[in-house]
Amino acid sequence: MGKQATRVMVNGKSYARVVDARLTLADFLRHELNLTGTHLGCEHGVCGACTVLVDGRTARSCLMFAVQANGCAVTTVEGLAPDGQLSVLQQAFIDNHGLQCGFCTPGMLMTLTELLGDTPEPSEQDVREALTGNLCRCTGYAGIVAAALDAAQRLRGTVAKPGSP
Amino acid sequence: MDRRVEPGGDDVGPMKPAPFEYHAPRQLKDAAELLARLPNAKLLAGGQSLVPMMNFRYVIVDHLIDLGGLDELRGTAVVDGALRIGAMTRQRDLEFSPEVARQCPLLAEALRHVGHRQTRNRGTMGGSLAHADPAAELPAVCAAYDATVHALSVRGIRQIAFREFCTGFMATALAPDEMIAAVDLPIWRLGHGHGFHEFARRQGDFAIAGAAALLDVGADNVVRRAALTLFGVAASPLRVEAAEAQLAGKPLDAAAIRAAAAAAWLIAPISDIHAGGEYRRHLAQVLSARALNDAARRAGVEA
Amino acid sequence: MGAKHFGARVTRLEDPALLAGRGRFVDDVKLPGLLHACFVRSPHAHAKLRGCDARAALIMPGVHAVMTADDLPEPMRDTPLPLLLPNPALNVPRTQTALARGEVCYVGQAVAVVVADTRYIAEDAAAALVVHYEVLPAVADCRAAAEDGGPGAHSDLTTNVASTFSLAYGDTDAAFADAAHVFREELWQHRGGGMAIETRAVLAHHEPVSDLLTVWSGTQTPHIGRRMLADLIGRDLQSIRVIAPDVGGGFGPKAIFYPEEAVIPAAALKLGRPVKWIEDRREHFLCATQERDQYWDVAIAVDGEAKILGVRGRMLHDTGAYVPWGIVMPYIAASTVPGPYVVPSYRLETVVVLTNKVPTTPVRGAGRPQAVFAMERLIDRVARELKIDRTEVRRRNLIQPEQMPYEVGLMFRDGKPLVYDSGDYPRGQDKALALAGYDDFRERQEAALEQGRFIGIGLANYVEGTGLGPFEGVTVRVLPSGKVAVATGATSQGQGTRTTLSQIVAEEVGCRLDDVVMTVGDTAAISQGIGAFASRQAVNAGSSAHVAGQAVRQQLIALAARALGVQETDIDLEDGVATAQRGNKPSIAFGDLARLAQGIPGVSLPAGQSAGIEHTAYYTPTQAAYCSGTHVAEVQVDAMTGGVKVLRYTVAHDSGRVINPLIVDGQVQGGVAHGIGNALLEWMQYDANAQPLTTSFADYMLPMATDVPTCAIAHVETVNPLNPLGVKGAGEGGTIPAPAAIVAAVEDALSPFGVRFAEMPLTPERIVATLRAAGAYDRLFAG
Repeated sequence: MGKQATRVMVNGKSYARVVDARLTLADFLRHELNLTGTHLGCEHGVCGACTVLVDGRTARSCLMFAVQANGCAVTTVEGLAPDGQLSVLQQAFIDNHGLQCGFCTPGMLMTLTELLGDTPEPSEQDVREALTGNLCRCTGYAGIVAAALDAAQRLRGTVAKPGSP
Repeated sequence: MDRRVEPGGDDVGPMKPAPFEYHAPRQLKDAAELLARLPNAKLLAGGQSLVPMMNFRYVIVDHLIDLGGLDELRGTAVVDGALRIGAMTRQRDLEFSPEVARQCPLLAEALRHVGHRQTRNRGTMGGSLAHADPAAELPAVCAAYDATVHALSVRGIRQIAFREFCTGFMATALAPDEMIAAVDLPIWRLGHGHGFHEFARRQGDFAIAGAAALLDVGADNVVRRAALTLFGVAASPLRVEAAEAQLAGKPLDAAAIRAAAAAAWLIAPISDIHAGGEYRRHLAQVLSARALNDAARRAGVEA
Repeated sequence: MGAKHFGARVTRLEDPALLAGRGRFVDDVKLPGLLHACFVRSPHAHAKLRGCDARAALIMPGVHAVMTADDLPEPMRDTPLPLLLPNPALNVPRTQTALARGEVCYVGQAVAVVVADTRYIAEDAAAALVVHYEVLPAVADCRAAAEDGGPGAHSDLTTNVASTFSLAYGDTDAAFADAAHVFREELWQHRGGGMAIETRAVLAHHEPVSDLLTVWSGTQTPHIGRRMLADLIGRDLQSIRVIAPDVGGGFGPKAIFYPEEAVIPAAALKLGRPVKWIEDRREHFLCATQERDQYWDVAIAVDGEAKILGVRGRMLHDTGAYVPWGIVMPYIAASTVPGPYVVPSYRLETVVVLTNKVPTTPVRGAGRPQAVFAMERLIDRVARELKIDRTEVRRRNLIQPEQMPYEVGLMFRDGKPLVYDSGDYPRGQDKALALAGYDDFRERQEAALEQGRFIGIGLANYVEGTGLGPFEGVTVRVLPSGKVAVATGATSQGQGTRTTLSQIVAEEVGCRLDDVVMTVGDTAAISQGIGAFASRQAVNAGSSAHVAGQAVRQQLIALAARALGVQETDIDLEDGVATAQRGNKPSIAFGDLARLAQGIPGVSLPAGQSAGIEHTAYYTPTQAAYCSGTHVAEVQVDAMTGGVKVLRYTVAHDSGRVINPLIVDGQVQGGVAHGIGNALLEWMQYDANAQPLTTSFADYMLPMATDVPTCAIAHVETVNPLNPLGVKGAGEGGTIPAPAAIVAAVEDALSPFGVRFAEMPLTPERIVATLRAAGAYDRLFAG
């Protein structure tokens, strides 16, 4: 019951699959495409670990079915450093101790990638508000906030490159 | 995610949805036709409330009709003195819409409290109204504006006054074969004031209680028109008519606002694990005063 | 010791892979033929099991097995899971069986497991399973349960009291009889969870050719898990390998050995295919162990100058339906009360009560937040009643540095007398207060009040026994590639164990950080291990890394001296190269030395040379390492809504010598966030039938980025004399005093109304109700 064809562009690569209609986008990415960087922490849309970009905007991949992404472009954490070179934001996470266990981190990165794209000069409050959609139990958020502000500054100081955060 | 369906019964495990058939109509009429024809079908809008309930298997459907491909349900326009919002317009688009900010600033302000940017990116106006969570901001805004819901079915379009739209706890006047096509928010006179205050435990949480206020104040400082809506405190958004009547036709000052807020005294506020009734009753008065004060200030009155 | 790596603010070796989405968590492990499991769990808090009908489930396409207790191997079938920490004071040493037999005693207890092609199908089948229950009365409230005559949490027990014990020293009766003042407080602390963002996870695979059972588990304690599994499944330790790969947060609940860790391997063995189970979030709320949940009735006796004469009282601890970790948590709580203060006499009666809820075992802080809450609330009370500043009351009672080592008079849970090894508590408090701007706070408070804002400040001190034994091991081995392999029984759930141990080894051995190849959390890598709890890894594994690293350094020097024909004292080790500081400075790389150390087949080694370059050390601490600290919280309270915002948070922390300030500060900040959650948000609620009510992240509120300020952190480094590194634990100190400091700050903010609070979490509703009872709104609404 409920098989459906879907074609999704993920990190610039096109995938066509026939999947169960009920398969969530998160499980599709993780188990069909083996892109396990996207994590599931609650499967009810609160923790934000599964956040990805769908057509450039953050979305909970646990609250979307893979078939809904038919024709969409999805970016996952694996797409942030496609050539192995960490992005400015990722490097800022290292420098500011923005992660501990690393499980929530992919979702944090996706949210902040969107934020830095639409708000190049975020205030600390902007960063914190954007992050309310992502729960972290390890860090107490300080390193993540510092990393976001640091990355914003570094990105402003360099030549703006589309999609570079 | 919806927090109103408490666990219980014999299922304590599931976090993956039960199987269903998926339909992605490209035409509005096809969607209406599918909804009329398919048994145990549900509409999928942004999915930010429905999908968690499906993951928990609180909701099990045979057919899911995805409205995501219906571009005709997206967008805003001013029609006959009202801001018309297509049901599938994303909350995040409304949040940054200059038209919304200009015509319905109360909606713009309320949107900042709706979930998180990640859920607003997907969540829609129509989805929120159809879900009719008593603590949700968007139904409260519609109640404040005396909105009109355009309900579409194979039988045509029916207009439902928002006063009649919410019929109870997460229940609406939509017939099983009806879907929301759009909602009209009547535009208040330029220069009116608005205020929106809610109390939630954390940023983006559903409100324990909230108040939305609209005030149209004449140059003579007399209130021409007032709307005060409470949410989170009853089965559906509540217009505080006693307060509105007290304000209308009278000069606006601090005492008038205090008296109006005092009129927001709830007889039977809801009580759940998040808050007891007495606390909600208290918050209703506090937040009414704050919302009215903001509205007054924005209407040019220092109350 | 040089300062090249040790003590440096080194960025973490763990980070690049995790940031690129290349972490390896249990659910990321893919094996051919993998099946997926879903557990069928009791919807009742207490019921007799009256059979199970799996026929409908078994005929569903894609379903491979449904197993109940009867389908488990011997002795797992009816042997309760091992009780890890026995204690003579424990009268009811009850643990659960892997799958329930006869009776279920909490909502979520595992009754059966379904194995299918996908998790989706497994859940479909689980829903089709019919389990017959005869519902029994449930015990939800430990206060009622402690009384005789009520329903039992287990139908065969005549009492719900699992243990009563008394911790005491000195003559409290005399102290209270003679005291100028006695103040009593009744306190309550919520039930909450660890709530790691990665839920628990188990994947088991039996490989028949080698007869090796490999289990990937999101656990803090793989070696302990292997031992327990071996006992339950009747296999030798050598035929089981448990791997804790990347683990997404631990915080205590993942230190427990759970039924799923036994059942999934049993299913894999039975089916001859790998089987995976990923706990979902709701299961985590139902089945992962929880903490806090204590009722305290305590009193303090002081003289006219606010000097403490004694503390006494009674504490009721809700242990849930079973005691997998015995009474360790209430015991820690009871022994933490005196804390950093000179308390001449002390007596606490503790009653541990069984209820029909998921068991309580240590969660970050492990009983200490409750004890600190009790003590600090008492001291605030003394200050208020005697009209002495809260900081001054503390100052008068703090143990002075010259009193170290300080013997409290109790036995700690490590079986050793409670003796604080080192510390400078007054300096810690002064440092925290200075950093927090305590001295000018009253001016700021008055200024805020004039603007209609209620701000307040609170502080709390604590001492924590960290670095508990019995041991942790580290093997250091130089490889022919020149890399330095390090293996340890320590594990990592985000603490940066890999980085910290690499720093220590690189420092000792003289290699680059990048050249350390670390294996953590793998029973195949080192024969003995314990794991992560009690902030123990830097102390235990760190000391072992130091000792093993030193030994390897000696081996490298001896070998290099022989190879280069110089004295050992001439050899320097740096960046993986041994260099003779003589002549033209000949050198030899570690890799070449490792090859030399392999010898030549058939040829005897030179006298004194051992095989290979490697050493394994198991550091065994003689007692706990006592870290300490002072927290200062500044809050703003919206008196009209009861909303609390933490504006500023200051920590002075003594975790001994700091190996990596980046990591230690991160531990403190993260711990404070957990403490803020405990103080203001997190509350696992149950109804009168012990049905859990808060089983989603919407209902159980974790702190968000807008709830936790960035802390100001000061380090007070007093060197621990008992271990070679001088370190103390750092993982839990951030959490322990936070609720006490925050609740005190709320009280201070609302001091114009004279309201008092005695509970955590302190909810806005509670604040409003208390203000209302105090008549505050007559004034506030009028204003």
